[in-house]
Amino acid sequence: MLCAAYPDLCTLFSVEFGDGVLAVEPGALLSSAEDLKRLGFDRLGMVTAVDYGEQFEIVVRLHAPEHHAAVFLKCRVPRSEPRVPSLTALWPGADWHERETYDLFGIVFEGHPDLRRIMLPDDWRGHPLRKDYEDPHVLPRPDYI
Amino acid sequence: MAVVDSIGRGLDAAPGGDVVLTTLDALIDWARGHSPWVMPMGTACCAMELIAASFAKFDFDRHGAFPRPDPRHVDVMVVAGTVTKKMQPAVQRLWDQMPEPKWCIAMGNCAVSGGIFLHDSYTVVRGVDEFLPVDVYIAGCPPRPESLQDAVLQLAKKIRSESIAEGRTHRADLLLPEAPCEPEEAP
Ligand code: SF4
Repeated sequence: MLCAAYPDLCTLFSVEFGDGVLAVEPGALLSSAEDLKRLGFDRLGMVTAVDYGEQFEIVVRLHAPEHHAAVFLKCRVPRSEPRVPSLTALWPGADWHERETYDLFGIVFEGHPDLRRIMLPDDWRGHPLRKDYEDPHVLPRPDYI
Repeated sequence: MAVVDSIGRGLDAAPGGDVVLTTLDALIDWARGHSPWVMPMGTACCAMELIAASFAKFDFDRHGAFPRPDPRHVDVMVVAGTVTKKMQPAVQRLWDQMPEPKWCIAMGNCAVSGGIFLHDSYTVVRGVDEFLPVDVYIAGCPPRPESLQDAVLQLAKKIRSESIAEGRTHRADLLLPEAPCEPEEAP
């Protein structure tokens, strides 16, 4: 269905774990999200990120309720420059998802109306879900557990 | 009967002091011990058991433990659940809004020590006793409502052993003789 409607995107598609994945460049994230929305993927499921060391991967889950389909929209950004455009203009519900991703991974969503921390106190230092996060107050798990 | 017993205890305990004050003490302790209104500070899964406890099957009203979701009305704060560093100021604030005298029950492993989040967690407070004076601890993940019931009864016992004259420092457990440090040698 997707390929027929939008042949340009087709080459970018892959299938992981039985689900469609569309991997795009950061610059194309907003336009491809717009296209997908027009194709019927008009429900935003979630926004999150993965820490791959040198790069962060932003993961956006989109649903097309009418077609009973869903797709992952992924985009990799370098660790030194973790910036992607915000999807809040397309889906107002992306607001808190992006704030959470900013809070825990330090991804900056450009164009977000109110990019503040959401889960952690405002004066928190660092982004805890990054692999290199260190906190002296954390009690490490002992071996015997 | 209970009033008579309590007053009798008060009179017996008067060490040559003011009989009227001591009697009042016993009366007030009796009244406080029988109406520990509860602030349900449910912050995580343990709150489910706390909610169950306040309904008809367990019926905590018969102990006077009446849930009021308003800090100005209550005597006891039951912290039921995980307290995160973001939640901590809110819990502290509600505690500060409660009028004296007030007591605190830490319900569940998370409220006692951090529970399953003790290790490797960057955001969980390791037990509410880091910022609140806890009177009764209940272990369990989650504890059953019966454990909470026991805690309420233990707390009532504790309240009844306090004195209005010396505030919360005058407690029966502080008056117990010190345990011997060394185990006695076998004969
Ligand atoms: S002690 Fe267990 S049941 Fe209670 S809040 Fe913690 S994890 Fe949940």
